[in-house]
Amino acid sequence: MVLFSTRMAVFSTLLILPPGLALAWLLARHNWPGKSLIETLVSLPIVLPPVVTGLVLLQLFGKNGPLGHWWYAHFKIVFTWKAVVLALSVMAFPFLVRSARVAFAEVDTGLEQMARTLGASEWRVFFTISLPLARRGVLAGILLAFARALGEFGATIMVAGNIMGKTTTMSVAIYEYMQNGEDVHAWALAGVSLVIAFVALWFGEKLQRRPY
Amino acid sequence: MSTPLLQASFRKRFNANTEIQVSSLTIDSPGVTVLFGPSGSGKTTILRCLAGLEIPDEGTIIFQGETWFDRGARRHMAPAQRRIGFVPQDYALFPHRTVAANIAYGLQGQNASAVHARVTEIMGWLELTGMEQRLPATLSGGQQQRVALARALAFRPRLVLLDEPLSALDQPTRHRLRGELRATLKRFNCPVILVTHDRVEAAVLGDHVVVMEGGQILQQGAVSEVFNRPANLAAARVVGTDTVLPCQIGPVTDGLATLTVGTAQLIALAPAEPPDAEPTYVCIRAEDVILVRPTEMRTSARNQLNAEIQSVTDEGMLMRIELDCGFPLKALLTRQACADLELKPGERIMVMIKAPQIHLI
Repeated sequence: MVLFSTRMAVFSTLLILPPGLALAWLLARHNWPGKSLIETLVSLPIVLPPVVTGLVLLQLFGKNGPLGHWWYAHFKIVFTWKAVVLALSVMAFPFLVRSARVAFAEVDTGLEQMARTLGASEWRVFFTISLPLARRGVLAGILLAFARALGEFGATIMVAGNIMGKTTTMSVAIYEYMQNGEDVHAWALAGVSLVIAFVALWFGEKLQRRPY
Repeated sequence: MSTPLLQASFRKRFNANTEIQVSSLTIDSPGVTVLFGPSGSGKTTILRCLAGLEIPDEGTIIFQGETWFDRGARRHMAPAQRRIGFVPQDYALFPHRTVAANIAYGLQGQNASAVHARVTEIMGWLELTGMEQRLPATLSGGQQQRVALARALAFRPRLVLLDEPLSALDQPTRHRLRGELRATLKRFNCPVILVTHDRVEAAVLGDHVVVMEGGQILQQGAVSEVFNRPANLAAARVVGTDTVLPCQIGPVTDGLATLTVGTAQLIALAPAEPPDAEPTYVCIRAEDVILVRPTEMRTSARNQLNAEIQSVTDEGMLMRIELDCGFPLKALLTRQACADLELKPGERIMVMIKAPQIHLI
């Protein structure tokens, strides 16, 4: 279950990385119609109670939801591990986007322009100039997103439920153990999450400190 | 004559009350064209429009028959397609890449050994050998300037754009690098457009000069032409009243050097070390020129020349006198001094300049 939880958190973080960075870049560098609407929508899970986010996701992807109806015929999402990924991704996404957006905004546009005059394509500018220079902020965002995903409870339990060995994450399990009076198990899991969080933070710090 | 190298006519609003009006900026020969004018005259914006980093509000930019910008045809070629070597005022070196990686940035698409050969070659020319693995932040201002120049030149651009290339340096370094830059630009033999507000820099580095003020082109032509015969009062005010001319340094005796300027000879303090770049320029501030009615007298001034007055122009507090004394020379006199001497065009007069006031650059 520890492994399942960590795997879910890592997978969600990796999943949101490409769209998250792309959106952060678009928000930092361009003005487009509907920009503030998208910005608000993305950040909503930060302020909304996680349970509410979970409820909305359940409605959207559930059997009778507008998205779920079609999905359901092809493959089931809710109350499977895919629902865990969905919940974690939605909850972690704003942390990555907001952090990366600030980092991209701080990159000197003069350097990007310089790269363009040297014949670089927009892709090359992004991967050789913008991303390496925004590295610290992006890493911080990835770390925050991962931490969020690891500790997520409210949204997960709404869309994925608590099916032991199938959808139960660590946070959900800790709650369950406490409910059943198995304090030792709960504390053991709490210790494990502390170790994971500690290792992740330490690793992130180390990466961020490294010079170019 | 074939098609000109660059033809640009455009308008660009660049702040609330100034609009840049480039009317038929034409460059038809290789060499260095200097955009010269005071700060805020829109020089940098013109450069950025040529680089494609800013989009003019109206007009056209045509380079060697290729349309870079045409408002009417809604055409704007991306900076990446123009193949220009751009050196902004702050150099914009990539802080996370080594010197070698900075210089190689424009060389993508070539194989590794070709890139390496070119980087090595260009670093040698700019005396950067040995700094391949350094990061830009560890370099001095002068070294950073050379890396930026190397990066801009490495990929064989069709046009080089330099924005105030020496302004980020301290005074002694700027002095030293001016000669170096001139030699480098000559060696690469690629058309260059250089922006500066420094008159001496313009005279030393430029072959052609475009005088600008308030977003308008006041005059364009050969450097000696524009600097010594401004077309109008506005251009004269911008180019200033100093005389800047090429000269040849002759024999040195007792610390004094004999210079040949035009058909005249001047005595100046010999430079501590011989200027490395040819030709050397002589610079005389107009305020330092003394005019004397020819009489029998002995003077401490080492330079006494016979001159003919070409023109007398009112410059407000001062009068600007243009003289011909074997070379064109400008003098600034107070209104009262002018009246006392009763200076009139066509008359002959004696010019005196003290040797220490003749500057060699």
